[in-house]
Amino acid sequence: MDKFTTLTGIAAPTPMVNVDTDMIIPKQFLKTIKRSGLGVNLFDEMRYDDDGNEIPGFVLNQPQYRSAEILVAGDNFGCGSSREHAPWAIKDFGIRCVIAPSFADIFYNNCFKNGILPIALPQDAVDVLMKDAEKGANARMDIDLEAQTVTTSDGEVFHFELDSFKKHCLLNGLDDIGLTLEKAASIDSFEAKATADRPWV
Amino acid sequence: MSPKTLYDKIWDAHVAHEADDGTCLLYIDRHLVHEVTSPQAFEGLRMAGRSVRAPDKTIAVPDHNVPTTPGRDDPKNMTEDSAIQVAALDKNAKDFGIHYYPVSDVRQGIVHIVGPEQGWTLPGMTVVCGDSHTATHGAFGALAHGIGTSEVEHVLATQTLIQKKSKNMKVEITGKLRPGVTAKDITLSVIGETGTAGGTGYVIEYCGEAIRDLSMEGRMTVCNMAIEGGARAGLIAPDEKTFDYVMGRPHAPKGAQWEAALAWWKTLYSDDDAQWDKVVTIKGEDIAPVVTWGTSPEDVLPITGVVPAADSFEGGKVGAAQRSLDYMDLKPGTPLAEIEIDTVFIGSCTNGRIEDLRAAAEILKGKKIKDGLRAMVVPGSGLVRLQAEEEGLADIFKEAGFEWRLAGCSMCLAMNPDQLAPGERCAATSNRNFEGRQGRGGRTHLMSPAMAAAAAVTGRLTDVREMM
Repeated sequence: MDKFTTLTGIAAPTPMVNVDTDMIIPKQFLKTIKRSGLGVNLFDEMRYDDDGNEIPGFVLNQPQYRSAEILVAGDNFGCGSSREHAPWAIKDFGIRCVIAPSFADIFYNNCFKNGILPIALPQDAVDVLMKDAEKGANARMDIDLEAQTVTTSDGEVFHFELDSFKKHCLLNGLDDIGLTLEKAASIDSFEAKATADRPWV
Repeated sequence: MSPKTLYDKIWDAHVAHEADDGTCLLYIDRHLVHEVTSPQAFEGLRMAGRSVRAPDKTIAVPDHNVPTTPGRDDPKNMTEDSAIQVAALDKNAKDFGIHYYPVSDVRQGIVHIVGPEQGWTLPGMTVVCGDSHTATHGAFGALAHGIGTSEVEHVLATQTLIQKKSKNMKVEITGKLRPGVTAKDITLSVIGETGTAGGTGYVIEYCGEAIRDLSMEGRMTVCNMAIEGGARAGLIAPDEKTFDYVMGRPHAPKGAQWEAALAWWKTLYSDDDAQWDKVVTIKGEDIAPVVTWGTSPEDVLPITGVVPAADSFEGGKVGAAQRSLDYMDLKPGTPLAEIEIDTVFIGSCTNGRIEDLRAAAEILKGKKIKDGLRAMVVPGSGLVRLQAEEEGLADIFKEAGFEWRLAGCSMCLAMNPDQLAPGERCAATSNRNFEGRQGRGGRTHLMSPAMAAAAAVTGRLTDVREMM
């Protein structure tokens, strides 16, 4: 997995609540058996018209946000399905960090498996960051995972919280399966005891 | 011993390893797999030279993008990309030696209907699947939730999941339901009350007289939509109804093992003095037959209500409501019962079980669907379909003008050919009314099977109580 340490980039404002995974990547793009190539269809139904032409008003179609690496969004981002195609599409587009007041549980977890940092901050902090993002390409936001800070283009700093284990894995680009297999002895002994206690499983 | 919730008990029985910071390896008893979220996970195993740790606990079935029309076991009758995903699952099931129900098997169906039907889902288990509606299995008192593809790979390789414990939330539905009110109305009403993020960070236990009164099918409907309320999982404590449902199923324990299992299952309830982080109480008699008007499952109102105005909401929801109204092409103040529909969809892991088909058929008996309407029933599994045919329900649907389809997810998420055209409006028994969910530009109103049947007869959203 890709490491995430620091990021300085353009932030795209997406001031909508309940952005669901069907919006992030509609189901017709789930028929792939690969993880790559989904970025072109990120937010497909909001980004393109019925003929496949770009809708100029959509934020990621605007010249100043085409190379955005950060999304600032509303409450409950990523709600809906468990499809990991959502973070795959976000990552493939080039976005490495999503900031919102809250995230749906499965989406939040899926981000960490793909080197994406989801940052949950209180609504008033997100409001400030949304304003900063609206300034466009000249306003770069700074993210520092080690320090757990987001800094606006004006130098205002917001501290965010996240789980220490998730932080450790993201900072070092660690592979979960590899880490878990180091504990294979614990799994073996649990499994042996569970099989004795609950043989019907 | 300190008092525990049902969730605490199941959690404690499955912790294989706990780190100092509370990060746990949770052992997984059942891993359900379907064709859409698994190919990359199996590919990951191959690349790393890993095998499936517990193939006997891993069950696969294609459901999301299989056609629901005859001839579908011939790949030529699927779109090319769907056929590739189904073929990949065929191959992965064979290569890794996991249990498999291919499209040609009568037991094939929606993974969350097949699991309980075959007795794979049992009380006290941990159950995961690369699908958010895994919450369904919580109806058995099993800790069940959806996971992403990376986690699918993790479970395949290690039979565990890296987890931190969620908080405990109790949702109590007291008293009796009124006539015409069903499990779907309960679960939608709870989301209407708590919002789609109200359960984030929690595992919900549903309890109270109205929940106890539900059949297992109804309980599955309630737990199925726990995810729509943002919760990691929904649970209902097992009782005699649960044990009766499970007993004799192909993969349920038998003989002495049944007795041993039953003894443990009977300990699976929340202690009287257990601590809850959040409690929501709703009176069963206050719940009405409901429909959704917008594009979020929290946009719930009694069928007797009117389309709300965007400015009746607060904060970010004002903009979201306006967007919903525009997308749904609805004017504030319009009575919900005047909204005309083009399509009716009865099916999905929320409402594709035998009891759902019985409830819809009861309304449709001797009636015809409105002229020009398109209506389909998609049973949740091949066995549900067979049973409905034996009970004469299929004939009622067909005589009313419904299409009688083969099992699958179908128009719930429109990954197969069953889709809404842009602007089409659908009365659906599924679980999500998101923009484009049932087809680009399609408009979805969620409701119970009986309400969907009533809408099919009148051609508009309808209060089912007028037909009872």
